[in-house]
Amino acid sequence: MRGTGDLGLIVERAAGRVKLVETTGRSELASIDGLGDLSHASLVYSRDGRYAYVFGRDGGLSKVDLLRASVERRVIQAGNSIGGAISQDGRLIAVANYEPGGVRIFDAATLEPLAEVSTGAKVVGITDASGNRFVFSLFEAGEIWIVDASVPRAPRVEKIRNVGKQPYDGFVTPDGRHYIAGLFGEDGLALVDLWNPEAGARRILAGYGRGAEPMPVYKMPHLRGWAVAGGLAVLPAIGRNEVLLVDTATWREAGRITVHGQPVFAIAQPGGRRVWVNFAFPDNDTVQVIDLPTRRIVKELKPGRAVLHMEFTARGEQVWISSRDDDAVIVYDPASFAELARIRAEKPSGIFLTSRAFMTGF
Amino acid sequence: MAAADAAHVPAEPRRGELVNMVRQDCGSCHGLTMKGGLGPALLPSNIAAKDPEQLRFVILHGRRGTPMPPWSRFLSDAEAAWVVDLLRAGLPRD
Repeated sequence: MRGTGDLGLIVERAAGRVKLVETTGRSELASIDGLGDLSHASLVYSRDGRYAYVFGRDGGLSKVDLLRASVERRVIQAGNSIGGAISQDGRLIAVANYEPGGVRIFDAATLEPLAEVSTGAKVVGITDASGNRFVFSLFEAGEIWIVDASVPRAPRVEKIRNVGKQPYDGFVTPDGRHYIAGLFGEDGLALVDLWNPEAGARRILAGYGRGAEPMPVYKMPHLRGWAVAGGLAVLPAIGRNEVLLVDTATWREAGRITVHGQPVFAIAQPGGRRVWVNFAFPDNDTVQVIDLPTRRIVKELKPGRAVLHMEFTARGEQVWISSRDDDAVIVYDPASFAELARIRAEKPSGIFLTSRAFMTGF
Repeated sequence: MAAADAAHVPAEPRRGELVNMVRQDCGSCHGLTMKGGLGPALLPSNIAAKDPEQLRFVILHGRRGTPMPPWSRFLSDAEAAWVVDLLRAGLPRD
């Protein structure tokens, strides 16, 4: 018998496998196979932290039992999917699909399909919200939809139109109040106040590029897990080697910081003072650590080739970083930057610790 | 890859680097198995009817109005032509 609070899963994207790890001794416990195409895979946890719901590129939805280290159930629910979310009450799993475009809602216990919301466009940036709602963006359509699944077989859809060109991802702030979608097709982001969604989406940071031609983007930023700390939201500037700082009281720009490359993730270190940033190809061998009060880069790490993801333990005494092309996950002490452990993994991408089970937006 | 012009085929270790780049970095948008994602599917059946020269051009110069970036900083013309051959034949299993 054991708890799951110190467990996590690492996606081995090319092998269709996840590695079960624990953060107390920082070791690998098991490998779990048979999860299909895990390029761009993500997962969410059940509210008891026992099960992971893994969303695969091939449309597979797998329910993984961490205690038994096995796949309990698996369904192929669409042709091509990108991610998903678990409802506030933990009873529903929503999967965001590219092909056919839409969201499908499943019973979290049985993976029985309950409802389908067709969108006619690629669904990105899906998240849970209060009231058993799911919020997501439509890439081609430039819309944000809010689905109220409190009656799971009859979800109600509220559509916010004209939010901006080509939303590529979205996330909900840690307090659960605001949904922010990043825009690929224009400089700016779309903000929805979930206290007052009928007011629609508000454009923030419009024109942040100041008319300058953006650089080509070799990897889209990922917004889930982006840093909101100390009254600031840290957001990626698409096609620029910058992170943008936004005052979360006014949602106006509060500054910008030049970084090593185009940011992919910016993750707040628990405590809220520092933000860790990784970068798109070809600058993806580097991680920079930003000190928010001084707005300076206080550390630059070279964990390995093709750094794809960073995950902190809930109390922030460890950060786990995946290096795809070195086939390794490196664990650092964020205070001393000392390497604490190195775990072999085949082409690792996302690292998901079970503390996500208790957080809105994860 | 019988259709490939032998003169295009890069030598190792570059060839392996290119296959890894196609699978992993192109795969970020097109899927590790090229069955599509934010970017379109690039399986042999998806691109068989497309002009290889145009595919090479898109790889090198990108497509305006879409997220497809230009790769000419990282690939020579001949390497881009070889990547087109690779995609038309199907990526090797590993």
